[in-house]
Amino acid sequence: MKVTEKDVNTVAVLSRLSFSPEEMTEYAEKFSAIIDYMDILQKADTADVPPTAHALPMQNVLREDVVRPSIDRELALLNAPEKEDGYFKVPKVLEE
Amino acid sequence: MKLYAKTAHELHDMLVAKEISAAELTESVLAQQAATEEKVGAYITTLADEAMAQAKAVDEKIAAGEKIGFLAGIPGAIKDNICTKGIKTTCASKMLENFVAPYDATVMTKLAAENPVVVGKTNMDEFAMGGSTENSAMKITHNPRNLDCVPGGSSGGSAAAVAAGSAIWALGSDTGGSIRQPASFCGVVGLKPTYGRVSRYGLVAFASSLDQIGPLTRDVTDAANIMNVISGHDMMDSTSSPAEVPDFTKALTGDVKGLKIGLPKEYFGAGIAPEVASSVKAAIEQLTKLGAEVTEISLPHTEYAVSTYYLIAPAEAATNLARYDGVSFGARVEGADIVEMMTNTRTQKFGPEVKRRIMIGNYALSAGYYDAYYLKALKVRTLIQRDFTEAFKSVDVIACPTAPTPAYKIGSMVSDPLAMYMMDISTVPLNLAGLPGISLPCGVAADGLPIGLQLMGKPLDEMTVLRAAYAYEQTQDYHKTLVPEGGAE
Repeated sequence: MKVTEKDVNTVAVLSRLSFSPEEMTEYAEKFSAIIDYMDILQKADTADVPPTAHALPMQNVLREDVVRPSIDRELALLNAPEKEDGYFKVPKVLEE
Repeated sequence: MKLYAKTAHELHDMLVAKEISAAELTESVLAQQAATEEKVGAYITTLADEAMAQAKAVDEKIAAGEKIGFLAGIPGAIKDNICTKGIKTTCASKMLENFVAPYDATVMTKLAAENPVVVGKTNMDEFAMGGSTENSAMKITHNPRNLDCVPGGSSGGSAAAVAAGSAIWALGSDTGGSIRQPASFCGVVGLKPTYGRVSRYGLVAFASSLDQIGPLTRDVTDAANIMNVISGHDMMDSTSSPAEVPDFTKALTGDVKGLKIGLPKEYFGAGIAPEVASSVKAAIEQLTKLGAEVTEISLPHTEYAVSTYYLIAPAEAATNLARYDGVSFGARVEGADIVEMMTNTRTQKFGPEVKRRIMIGNYALSAGYYDAYYLKALKVRTLIQRDFTEAFKSVDVIACPTAPTPAYKIGSMVSDPLAMYMMDISTVPLNLAGLPGISLPCGVAADGLPIGLQLMGKPLDEMTVLRAAYAYEQTQDYHKTLVPEGGAE
Protein backbone atom coordinates (compact mmCIF):
# COMPACT_ATOMS: atom_id res chain seq x y z
CA MET A 1 0.00 0.00 0.00
CA LYS A 2 1.26 3.47 -0.87
CA VAL A 3 1.94 5.56 2.21
CA THR A 4 1.41 9.22 1.39
CA GLU A 5 3.19 12.23 2.86
CA LYS A 6 -0.15 13.15 4.42
CA ASP A 7 -0.19 9.81 6.28
CA VAL A 8 3.39 10.40 7.40
CA ASN A 9 2.49 13.86 8.61
CA THR A 10 -0.50 12.57 10.62
CA VAL A 11 1.60 9.89 12.31
CA ALA A 12 4.41 12.41 12.95
CA VAL A 13 1.99 14.71 14.79
CA LEU A 14 0.69 11.77 16.84
CA SER A 15 4.30 10.77 17.61
CA ARG A 16 5.29 14.34 18.60
CA LEU A 17 7.99 14.33 15.93
CA SER A 18 8.57 16.83 13.15
CA PHE A 19 10.33 16.32 9.83
CA SER A 20 11.67 18.62 7.15
CA PRO A 21 9.96 18.40 3.72
CA GLU A 22 12.92 16.34 2.38
CA GLU A 23 12.78 13.97 5.35
CA MET A 24 9.02 13.69 4.84
CA THR A 25 9.49 12.55 1.22
CA GLU A 26 12.21 10.07 2.21
CA TYR A 27 10.09 8.71 5.03
CA ALA A 28 7.07 8.24 2.78
CA GLU A 29 9.24 6.23 0.34
CA LYS A 30 10.98 3.98 2.88
CA PHE A 31 7.76 3.64 4.80
CA SER A 32 5.92 2.41 1.72
CA ALA A 33 8.61 -0.23 1.11
CA ILE A 34 8.45 -1.41 4.71
CA ILE A 35 4.63 -1.46 4.82
CA ASP A 36 4.57 -3.29 1.48
CA TYR A 37 6.78 -5.95 3.01
CA MET A 38 4.40 -6.22 5.98
CA ASP A 39 1.56 -6.98 3.57
CA ILE A 40 2.89 -10.55 3.29
CA LEU A 41 0.96 -11.12 6.53
CA GLN A 42 -2.35 -10.79 4.69
CA LYS A 43 -1.52 -14.20 3.12
CA ALA A 44 -1.61 -15.93 6.52
CA ASP A 45 -4.92 -17.54 7.38
CA THR A 46 -5.80 -16.20 10.81
CA ALA A 47 -9.53 -16.99 10.83
CA ASP A 48 -10.37 -18.19 14.37
CA VAL A 49 -6.78 -17.54 15.54
CA PRO A 50 -6.67 -15.55 18.79
CA PRO A 51 -4.08 -12.77 19.09
CA THR A 52 -1.02 -13.31 21.35
CA ALA A 53 0.05 -10.17 23.15
CA HIS A 54 2.34 -12.02 25.57
CA ALA A 55 4.35 -15.20 25.20
CA LEU A 56 3.72 -16.33 28.78
CA PRO A 57 0.21 -17.48 29.71
CA MET A 58 0.03 -15.18 32.75
CA GLN A 59 -2.86 -12.93 33.71
CA ASN A 60 -3.76 -10.59 36.53
CA VAL A 61 -0.56 -10.93 38.51
CA LEU A 62 -1.32 -9.51 41.94
CA ARG A 63 0.61 -8.97 45.13
CA GLU A 64 -0.32 -8.04 48.69
CA ASP A 65 -1.31 -4.39 48.89
CA VAL A 66 1.12 -3.31 51.58
CA VAL A 67 2.92 -0.04 52.05
CA ARG A 68 6.59 -0.28 51.16
CA PRO A 69 9.28 2.37 50.93
CA SER A 70 9.50 4.00 47.52
CA ILE A 71 11.99 6.30 45.88
CA ASP A 72 12.26 9.60 47.74
CA ARG A 73 11.35 12.89 46.16
CA GLU A 74 14.86 14.24 45.86
CA LEU A 75 16.00 11.14 43.99
CA ALA A 76 12.91 11.14 41.77
CA LEU A 77 13.63 14.73 40.77
CA LEU A 78 17.34 14.07 40.22
CA ASN A 79 17.02 13.79 36.43
CA ALA A 80 14.30 16.42 35.95
CA PRO A 81 15.13 18.89 33.16
CA GLU A 82 13.48 21.62 35.25
CA LYS A 83 12.09 21.55 38.79
CA GLU A 84 10.77 23.96 41.40
CA ASP A 85 9.73 23.48 45.03
CA GLY A 86 9.77 19.70 44.78
CA TYR A 87 7.79 19.55 41.53
CA PHE A 88 8.56 18.92 37.86
CA LYS A 89 8.24 22.21 35.97
CA VAL A 90 6.80 22.41 32.45
CA PRO A 91 5.83 25.25 30.11
CA LYS A 92 2.35 26.64 30.78
CA VAL A 93 -0.36 24.20 29.66
CA LEU A 94 -3.60 26.10 30.39
CA GLU A 95 -4.62 29.39 28.81
CA GLU A 96 -5.29 32.40 31.08
CA MET B 1 47.63 -17.14 28.55
CA LYS B 2 47.01 -13.60 29.80
CA LEU B 3 44.45 -13.31 32.58
CA TYR B 4 42.13 -11.13 30.46
CA ALA B 5 41.83 -13.98 27.92
CA LYS B 6 40.61 -16.61 30.38
CA THR B 7 37.08 -17.70 31.23
CA ALA B 8 35.29 -16.67 34.42
CA HIS B 9 35.26 -20.23 35.77
CA GLU B 10 39.03 -20.63 35.26
CA LEU B 11 39.63 -17.30 36.97
CA HIS B 12 37.22 -18.13 39.81
CA ASP B 13 39.19 -21.32 40.51
CA MET B 14 42.47 -19.38 40.45
CA LEU B 15 41.07 -16.80 42.88
CA VAL B 16 39.84 -19.48 45.26
CA ALA B 17 43.21 -21.25 45.07
CA LYS B 18 44.87 -17.87 45.76
CA GLU B 19 47.00 -18.21 42.62
CA ILE B 20 45.96 -14.71 41.60
CA SER B 21 44.37 -11.73 43.30
CA ALA B 22 41.25 -9.94 42.09
CA ALA B 23 43.30 -6.74 41.89
CA GLU B 24 45.87 -8.38 39.62
CA LEU B 25 43.10 -9.79 37.40
CA THR B 26 41.28 -6.46 37.24
CA GLU B 27 44.51 -4.66 36.36
CA SER B 28 44.98 -7.10 33.47
CA VAL B 29 41.47 -6.49 32.12
CA LEU B 30 41.70 -2.71 32.60
CA ALA B 31 45.05 -2.65 30.78
CA GLN B 32 43.51 -4.61 27.90
CA GLN B 33 40.54 -2.21 27.94
CA ALA B 34 42.91 0.76 27.73
CA ALA B 35 44.88 -0.91 24.93
CA THR B 36 41.93 -1.96 22.77
CA GLU B 37 39.26 0.65 23.40
CA GLU B 38 40.51 3.20 20.87
CA LYS B 39 40.24 0.61 18.07
CA VAL B 40 37.21 -1.38 19.28
CA GLY B 41 35.07 1.25 21.05
CA ALA B 42 33.01 -1.22 23.08
CA TYR B 43 32.28 1.13 25.98
CA ILE B 44 30.23 4.26 26.57
CA THR B 45 31.38 4.57 30.21
CA THR B 46 34.51 3.00 31.69
CA LEU B 47 34.85 2.53 35.43
CA ALA B 48 38.53 1.86 36.18
CA ASP B 49 38.68 3.39 39.68
CA GLU B 50 35.40 1.82 40.81
CA ALA B 51 36.54 -1.53 39.40
CA MET B 52 39.83 -1.48 41.33
CA ALA B 53 37.99 -0.63 44.56
CA GLN B 54 35.60 -3.55 43.99
CA ALA B 55 38.52 -5.89 43.28
CA LYS B 56 40.37 -4.89 46.46
CA ALA B 57 37.23 -5.50 48.52
CA VAL B 58 37.04 -9.04 47.09
CA ASP B 59 40.72 -9.63 47.91
CA GLU B 60 40.00 -8.63 51.50
CA LYS B 61 37.16 -11.14 51.66
CA ILE B 62 39.41 -13.87 50.30
CA ALA B 63 42.18 -12.93 52.76
CA ALA B 64 39.64 -13.11 55.60
CA GLY B 65 38.75 -16.63 54.54
CA GLU B 66 35.21 -15.76 53.40
CA LYS B 67 33.46 -17.89 50.80
CA ILE B 68 33.12 -15.97 47.52
CA GLY B 69 30.49 -16.13 44.77
CA PHE B 70 31.16 -17.35 41.24
CA LEU B 71 31.52 -13.83 39.83
CA ALA B 72 33.39 -12.36 42.83
CA GLY B 73 36.31 -10.31 41.59
CA ILE B 74 35.68 -11.22 37.93
CA PRO B 75 35.57 -8.12 35.67
CA GLY B 76 32.42 -7.80 33.57
CA ALA B 77 30.56 -5.22 31.50
CA ILE B 78 26.92 -4.13 31.49
CA LYS B 79 24.90 -3.04 28.46
CA ASP B 80 24.01 0.62 28.79
CA ASN B 81 20.24 0.01 28.87
CA ILE B 82 20.45 -1.71 32.26
CA CYS B 83 19.96 0.75 35.11
CA THR B 84 22.95 1.19 37.42
CA LYS B 85 22.41 3.40 40.45
CA GLY B 86 24.71 6.40 40.44
CA ILE B 87 26.26 5.50 37.07
CA LYS B 88 25.01 6.88 33.75
CA THR B 89 22.57 4.72 31.77
CA THR B 90 22.36 6.33 28.33
CA CYS B 91 20.84 3.67 26.03
CA ALA B 92 23.34 5.16 23.52
CA SER B 93 20.84 8.00 23.01
CA LYS B 94 21.16 11.79 23.17
CA MET B 95 17.81 11.58 24.98
CA LEU B 96 19.45 9.91 28.02
CA GLU B 97 22.99 11.29 27.59
CA ASN B 98 23.06 12.55 31.18
CA PHE B 99 20.59 10.16 32.79
CA VAL B 100 21.76 8.69 36.08
CA ALA B 101 19.40 5.95 37.23
CA PRO B 102 18.09 6.54 40.75
CA TYR B 103 17.89 2.78 41.34
CA ASP B 104 19.55 -0.49 40.34
CA ALA B 105 17.97 -2.98 37.94
CA THR B 106 17.12 -6.28 39.66
CA VAL B 107 19.95 -8.03 37.76
CA MET B 108 22.39 -5.49 39.23
CA THR B 109 21.10 -6.19 42.75
CA LYS B 110 21.48 -9.92 42.15
CA LEU B 111 24.98 -9.42 40.73
CA ALA B 112 25.97 -7.20 43.67
CA ALA B 113 25.40 -10.10 46.07
CA GLU B 114 28.26 -11.87 44.21
CA ASN B 115 30.72 -8.94 44.42
CA PRO B 116 31.68 -8.83 40.75
CA VAL B 117 33.90 -6.12 39.30
CA VAL B 118 32.11 -3.88 36.79
CA VAL B 119 34.56 -2.31 34.33
CA GLY B 120 32.03 -0.32 32.28
CA LYS B 121 28.75 0.21 30.45
CA THR B 122 28.75 -0.95 26.86
CA ASN B 123 27.75 0.60 23.56
CA MET B 124 24.60 -0.50 21.75
CA ASP B 125 22.17 0.52 19.05
CA GLU B 126 20.13 3.45 20.39
CA PHE B 127 17.41 2.05 22.68
CA ALA B 128 18.49 -1.44 21.45
CA MET B 129 17.01 -0.81 17.99
CA GLY B 130 19.33 -2.30 15.42
CA GLY B 131 21.60 -5.20 14.60
CA SER B 132 24.98 -3.56 14.11
CA THR B 133 25.52 -1.01 16.93
CA GLU B 134 25.81 1.59 14.13
CA ASN B 135 22.63 3.23 15.45
CA SER B 136 24.44 4.37 18.60
CA ALA B 137 24.36 8.14 19.06
CA MET B 138 27.65 7.86 20.96
CA LYS B 139 30.17 5.98 18.83
CA ILE B 140 30.81 3.17 16.36
CA THR B 141 31.91 -0.16 17.80
CA HIS B 142 34.26 -2.30 15.71
CA ASN B 143 34.31 -6.09 15.62
CA PRO B 144 37.50 -7.19 17.44
CA ARG B 145 37.90 -10.09 14.95
CA ASN B 146 38.00 -7.67 12.02
CA LEU B 147 37.95 -3.96 12.78
CA ASP B 148 36.32 -3.07 9.43
CA CYS B 149 33.23 -5.06 10.39
CA VAL B 150 30.29 -4.44 12.70
CA PRO B 151 30.14 -6.34 16.01
CA GLY B 152 26.44 -7.04 15.47
CA GLY B 153 23.81 -5.60 17.71
CA SER B 154 22.14 -4.33 19.55
CA SER B 155 24.38 -5.70 22.35
CA GLY B 156 27.42 -5.06 20.10
CA GLY B 157 29.48 -3.37 22.81
CA SER B 158 28.95 -6.27 25.24
CA ALA B 159 29.93 -8.89 22.62
CA ALA B 160 32.93 -6.85 21.45
CA ALA B 161 34.16 -6.32 25.03
CA VAL B 162 34.13 -10.06 25.76
CA ALA B 163 35.78 -10.84 22.41
CA ALA B 164 38.44 -8.13 22.88
CA GLY B 165 39.32 -9.16 26.43
CA SER B 166 38.21 -5.83 27.87
CA ALA B 167 35.68 -7.80 29.95
CA ILE B 168 35.54 -11.47 30.95
CA TRP B 169 31.73 -11.55 30.75
CA ALA B 170 28.92 -9.15 29.96
CA LEU B 171 25.19 -8.68 30.22
CA GLY B 172 23.13 -7.81 27.17
CA SER B 173 19.47 -7.70 26.26
CA ASP B 174 17.70 -9.58 23.46
CA THR B 175 14.45 -8.31 21.91
CA GLY B 176 14.85 -9.84 18.44
CA GLY B 177 18.32 -11.40 18.55
CA SER B 178 20.32 -8.66 20.25
CA ILE B 179 22.34 -11.07 22.42
CA ARG B 180 22.62 -14.05 20.05
CA GLN B 181 23.47 -12.21 16.82
CA PRO B 182 26.38 -10.09 18.20
CA ALA B 183 27.63 -13.21 20.03
CA SER B 184 27.66 -14.95 16.64
CA PHE B 185 29.41 -12.03 14.89
CA CYS B 186 32.09 -11.68 17.59
CA GLY B 187 32.68 -15.38 18.27
CA VAL B 188 31.41 -15.56 21.84
CA VAL B 189 28.56 -17.37 23.61
CA GLY B 190 25.25 -15.49 24.04
CA LEU B 191 22.20 -16.83 25.85
CA LYS B 192 18.67 -15.43 25.60
CA PRO B 193 16.68 -16.91 28.47
CA THR B 194 12.97 -17.77 28.34
CA TYR B 195 10.79 -14.66 28.51
CA GLY B 196 10.20 -14.08 32.24
CA ARG B 197 13.19 -16.12 33.47
CA VAL B 198 15.25 -13.01 34.24
CA SER B 199 13.63 -9.89 35.71
CA ARG B 200 13.26 -6.92 33.36
CA TYR B 201 12.94 -4.45 36.26
CA GLY B 202 15.42 -1.68 35.49
CA LEU B 203 15.95 -2.70 31.88
CA VAL B 204 15.01 0.37 29.84
CA ALA B 205 11.96 -0.87 27.93
CA PHE B 206 12.05 -1.28 24.15
CA ALA B 207 9.37 -3.92 23.39
CA SER B 208 8.07 -5.18 26.71
CA SER B 209 6.60 -8.49 25.50
CA LEU B 210 9.90 -9.46 23.83
CA ASP B 211 12.79 -7.98 25.88
CA GLN B 212 14.94 -10.30 27.96
CA ILE B 213 18.33 -9.87 29.71
CA GLY B 214 21.01 -12.54 29.31
CA PRO B 215 24.77 -13.25 29.49
CA LEU B 216 27.55 -12.97 26.88
CA THR B 217 30.55 -15.11 27.80
CA ARG B 218 33.64 -16.94 26.51
CA ASP B 219 32.12 -20.38 26.97
CA VAL B 220 28.94 -22.28 27.85
CA THR B 221 30.06 -23.01 31.42
CA ASP B 222 30.26 -19.28 32.17
CA ALA B 223 26.81 -18.74 30.63
CA ALA B 224 25.29 -21.43 32.89
CA ASN B 225 26.96 -19.97 35.97
CA ILE B 226 25.78 -16.43 35.24
CA MET B 227 22.24 -17.74 34.63
CA ASN B 228 22.36 -19.12 38.18
CA VAL B 229 23.07 -15.60 39.45
CA ILE B 230 20.56 -13.53 37.44
CA SER B 231 17.52 -15.83 37.11
CA GLY B 232 14.45 -15.96 39.30
CA HIS B 233 11.09 -14.46 40.13
CA ASP B 234 10.95 -10.76 40.95
CA MET B 235 7.93 -9.03 42.44
CA MET B 236 9.03 -5.82 40.73
CA ASP B 237 8.36 -7.35 37.29
CA SER B 238 4.79 -8.58 36.82
CA THR B 239 5.86 -10.61 33.76
CA SER B 240 8.53 -12.43 35.76
CA SER B 241 8.05 -16.21 35.84
CA PRO B 242 7.37 -17.85 39.22
CA ALA B 243 8.91 -21.12 37.92
CA GLU B 244 11.59 -22.71 40.06
CA VAL B 245 15.16 -22.02 38.93
CA PRO B 246 17.32 -25.11 38.45
CA ASP B 247 21.09 -25.22 38.95
CA PHE B 248 22.03 -24.59 35.33
CA THR B 249 25.53 -26.01 35.77
CA LYS B 250 23.90 -29.45 36.21
CA ALA B 251 23.26 -29.32 32.44
CA LEU B 252 26.99 -29.36 31.72
CA THR B 253 27.33 -33.14 31.44
CA GLY B 254 28.56 -33.61 27.88
CA ASP B 255 25.94 -36.32 27.44
CA VAL B 256 23.49 -35.92 24.54
CA LYS B 257 22.73 -39.60 23.90
CA GLY B 258 19.17 -39.90 22.62
CA LEU B 259 18.68 -36.11 22.53
CA LYS B 260 16.31 -35.28 19.67
CA ILE B 261 17.46 -32.33 17.56
CA GLY B 262 15.18 -30.77 14.97
CA LEU B 263 16.52 -28.99 11.89
CA PRO B 264 13.88 -26.55 10.61
CA LYS B 265 14.08 -26.60 6.82
CA GLU B 266 12.87 -22.98 6.61
CA TYR B 267 16.06 -21.82 8.38
CA PHE B 268 18.44 -23.33 5.84
CA GLY B 269 16.88 -21.79 2.71
CA ALA B 270 17.83 -18.94 0.42
CA GLY B 271 19.81 -16.09 1.95
CA ILE B 272 21.96 -18.31 4.19
CA ALA B 273 25.63 -17.93 3.22
CA PRO B 274 27.05 -21.33 2.10
CA GLU B 275 29.87 -21.23 4.66
CA VAL B 276 27.33 -20.55 7.43
CA ALA B 277 25.13 -23.48 6.35
CA SER B 278 28.10 -25.87 6.09
CA SER B 279 29.55 -24.89 9.49
CA VAL B 280 26.18 -25.32 11.20
CA LYS B 281 25.63 -28.68 9.50
CA ALA B 282 29.12 -29.82 10.57
CA ALA B 283 28.25 -28.86 14.15
CA ILE B 284 25.06 -30.90 14.01
CA GLU B 285 27.08 -33.82 12.61
CA GLN B 286 29.30 -33.58 15.72
CA LEU B 287 26.23 -33.82 17.94
CA THR B 288 25.00 -36.93 16.09
CA LYS B 289 28.43 -38.52 16.64
CA LEU B 290 27.83 -37.99 20.36
CA GLY B 291 24.55 -39.88 20.11
CA ALA B 292 21.98 -37.19 19.38
CA GLU B 293 19.23 -38.00 16.89
CA VAL B 294 18.59 -35.48 14.14
CA THR B 295 15.36 -35.05 12.20
CA GLU B 296 14.20 -32.45 9.71
CA ILE B 297 11.22 -30.45 10.95
CA SER B 298 9.08 -27.64 9.61
CA LEU B 299 8.18 -24.30 11.21
CA PRO B 300 5.78 -23.33 8.42
CA HIS B 301 5.04 -19.74 9.47
CA THR B 302 8.71 -18.68 9.55
CA GLU B 303 8.26 -16.53 6.42
CA TYR B 304 5.96 -14.23 8.43
CA ALA B 305 8.29 -13.79 11.41
CA VAL B 306 10.16 -10.67 10.28
CA SER B 307 6.97 -8.79 9.33
CA THR B 308 5.28 -9.86 12.55
CA TYR B 309 8.25 -8.75 14.62
CA TYR B 310 8.66 -5.42 12.83
CA LEU B 311 5.03 -4.55 13.56
CA ILE B 312 4.85 -5.74 17.18
CA ALA B 313 8.25 -4.46 18.34
CA PRO B 314 7.81 -0.93 16.90
CA ALA B 315 4.22 -0.75 18.22
CA GLU B 316 5.45 -1.56 21.72
CA ALA B 317 8.43 0.77 21.27
CA ALA B 318 6.21 3.67 20.15
CA THR B 319 4.21 3.19 23.34
CA ASN B 320 7.21 2.75 25.64
CA LEU B 321 9.10 5.70 24.18
CA ALA B 322 6.14 8.04 24.66
CA ARG B 323 7.61 8.63 28.14
CA TYR B 324 10.45 10.70 26.66
CA ASP B 325 8.58 13.98 26.72
CA GLY B 326 11.13 16.32 28.31
CA VAL B 327 9.23 16.47 31.60
CA SER B 328 10.45 14.13 34.33
CA PHE B 329 13.81 12.85 33.10
CA GLY B 330 16.01 12.84 30.03
CA ALA B 331 16.76 15.70 27.69
CA ARG B 332 14.56 18.75 27.08
CA VAL B 333 14.64 21.17 24.16
CA GLU B 334 12.60 24.30 24.90
CA GLY B 335 9.61 25.39 22.79
CA ALA B 336 6.94 28.08 22.82
CA ASP B 337 4.41 25.81 24.54
CA ILE B 338 4.38 22.32 26.02
CA VAL B 339 3.56 20.50 22.76
CA GLU B 340 6.31 22.32 20.93
CA MET B 341 8.71 21.57 23.79
CA MET B 342 7.89 17.84 23.55
CA THR B 343 8.12 17.81 19.76
CA ASN B 344 11.43 19.66 19.73
CA THR B 345 12.84 17.37 22.41
CA ARG B 346 11.87 14.17 20.61
CA THR B 347 12.82 15.42 17.14
CA GLN B 348 16.29 16.57 18.19
CA LYS B 349 17.19 13.89 20.73
CA PHE B 350 16.02 10.65 19.07
CA GLY B 351 18.16 9.22 16.25
CA PRO B 352 16.82 8.27 12.80
CA GLU B 353 16.20 4.55 13.44
CA VAL B 354 14.38 5.22 16.72
CA LYS B 355 12.17 7.78 14.97
CA ARG B 356 11.51 5.32 12.13
CA ARG B 357 10.35 2.64 14.58
CA ILE B 358 8.16 5.07 16.53
CA MET B 359 6.58 6.08 13.21
CA ILE B 360 6.02 2.47 12.04
CA GLY B 361 4.62 1.60 15.45
CA ASN B 362 2.20 4.49 15.65
CA TYR B 363 1.15 3.88 12.04
CA ALA B 364 0.37 0.22 12.82
CA LEU B 365 -1.56 1.27 15.93
CA SER B 366 -3.50 4.13 14.36
CA ALA B 367 -7.21 4.05 13.55
CA GLY B 368 -7.84 2.39 10.20
CA TYR B 369 -4.64 0.33 10.25
CA TYR B 370 -4.85 -1.34 13.67
CA ASP B 371 -6.75 -4.43 12.49
CA ALA B 372 -4.83 -4.83 9.22
CA TYR B 373 -1.38 -4.54 10.79
CA TYR B 374 -1.06 -4.68 14.57
CA LEU B 375 -3.92 -7.09 15.32
CA LYS B 376 -3.01 -9.23 12.31
CA ALA B 377 0.58 -9.43 13.58
CA LEU B 378 -0.61 -10.56 17.03
CA LYS B 379 -2.62 -13.36 15.39
CA VAL B 380 0.31 -14.48 13.25
CA ARG B 381 2.38 -14.42 16.43
CA THR B 382 0.03 -17.13 17.72
CA LEU B 383 0.69 -19.20 14.58
CA ILE B 384 4.46 -18.83 15.00
CA GLN B 385 4.21 -19.88 18.64
CA ARG B 386 2.05 -22.88 17.64
CA ASP B 387 4.71 -23.93 15.11
CA PHE B 388 7.19 -24.27 17.97
CA THR B 389 4.70 -26.02 20.28
CA GLU B 390 4.02 -28.55 17.53
CA ALA B 391 7.73 -29.06 16.71
CA PHE B 392 8.66 -29.55 20.36
CA LYS B 393 6.25 -32.49 20.58
CA SER B 394 8.80 -34.52 18.61
CA VAL B 395 12.18 -32.84 19.34
CA ASP B 396 14.00 -31.58 22.46
CA VAL B 397 15.99 -28.81 20.85
CA ILE B 398 16.03 -27.00 17.49
CA ALA B 399 19.32 -26.18 15.72
CA CYS B 400 19.94 -23.58 13.01
CA PRO B 401 22.27 -20.70 12.10
CA THR B 402 22.14 -17.66 14.40
CA ALA B 403 22.53 -15.22 11.52
CA PRO B 404 22.40 -15.75 7.74
CA THR B 405 25.93 -14.35 7.24
CA PRO B 406 29.05 -13.57 9.28
CA ALA B 407 29.61 -9.93 10.32
CA TYR B 408 29.41 -7.43 7.46
CA LYS B 409 31.37 -4.26 6.76
CA ILE B 410 30.60 -1.13 8.76
CA GLY B 411 28.39 1.18 6.69
CA SER B 412 27.40 -1.45 4.13
CA MET B 413 23.76 -1.84 5.24
CA VAL B 414 22.77 1.48 6.82
CA SER B 415 20.97 2.92 3.80
CA ASP B 416 18.55 0.00 3.52
CA PRO B 417 16.62 -0.57 6.77
CA LEU B 418 14.42 -3.26 5.23
CA ALA B 419 17.42 -5.37 4.12
CA MET B 420 18.79 -5.02 7.65
CA TYR B 421 15.48 -6.12 9.18
CA MET B 422 15.52 -9.26 7.01
CA MET B 423 18.88 -10.26 8.54
CA ASP B 424 16.92 -11.02 11.73
CA ILE B 425 15.02 -13.94 10.20
CA SER B 426 16.66 -16.65 12.36
CA THR B 427 16.50 -14.81 15.67
CA VAL B 428 13.13 -13.00 15.92
CA PRO B 429 10.86 -16.10 15.97
CA LEU B 430 12.31 -17.11 19.34
CA ASN B 431 11.37 -13.77 20.94
CA LEU B 432 7.87 -13.89 19.45
CA ALA B 433 7.41 -17.33 21.04
CA GLY B 434 9.20 -16.37 24.28
CA LEU B 435 11.60 -19.32 24.10
CA PRO B 436 15.22 -19.72 25.30
CA GLY B 437 18.09 -19.86 22.81
CA ILE B 438 21.85 -19.77 22.69
CA SER B 439 24.43 -18.84 20.08
CA LEU B 440 27.89 -20.35 20.26
CA PRO B 441 30.83 -20.36 17.85
CA CYS B 442 30.78 -23.25 15.35
CA GLY B 443 33.16 -22.09 12.66
CA VAL B 444 35.30 -19.37 11.18
CA ALA B 445 34.65 -18.02 7.68
CA ALA B 446 37.41 -17.52 5.11
CA ASP B 447 38.06 -13.93 6.24
CA GLY B 448 38.48 -14.91 9.89
CA LEU B 449 34.97 -13.95 10.97
CA PRO B 450 33.18 -16.29 13.37
CA ILE B 451 29.99 -18.23 12.58
CA GLY B 452 27.35 -18.99 15.21
CA LEU B 453 25.24 -22.08 15.89
CA GLN B 454 21.85 -21.34 17.41
CA LEU B 455 20.10 -23.86 19.66
CA MET B 456 16.50 -23.18 20.71
CA GLY B 457 14.58 -24.87 23.51
CA LYS B 458 11.15 -25.36 25.03
CA PRO B 459 9.76 -22.72 27.41
CA LEU B 460 11.84 -22.63 30.63
CA ASP B 461 14.08 -25.43 29.33
CA GLU B 462 17.41 -23.61 29.25
CA MET B 463 18.81 -26.83 30.75
CA THR B 464 18.48 -28.82 27.51
CA VAL B 465 19.78 -25.90 25.43
CA LEU B 466 22.85 -25.64 27.69
CA ARG B 467 23.31 -29.42 27.69
CA ALA B 468 23.44 -29.58 23.88
CA ALA B 469 25.60 -26.45 23.65
CA TYR B 470 28.11 -27.72 26.21
CA ALA B 471 28.37 -31.18 24.61
CA TYR B 472 29.08 -29.60 21.22
CA GLU B 473 31.56 -27.11 22.70
CA GLN B 474 33.63 -29.96 24.16
CA THR B 475 34.17 -31.41 20.65
CA GLN B 476 35.89 -28.35 19.22
CA ASP B 477 38.20 -25.57 20.29
CA TYR B 478 36.71 -22.36 18.88
CA HIS B 479 36.20 -21.14 22.43
CA LYS B 480 39.90 -21.69 23.01
CA THR B 481 41.19 -20.30 19.71
CA LEU B 482 38.84 -17.31 19.50
CA VAL B 483 40.72 -15.58 22.30
CA PRO B 484 41.45 -11.87 22.53
CA GLU B 485 44.57 -10.80 20.72
CA GLY B 486 47.23 -8.20 21.20
CA GLY B 487 46.90 -5.20 23.40
CA ALA B 488 48.11 -5.33 26.95
CA GLU B 489 51.17 -7.28 27.98
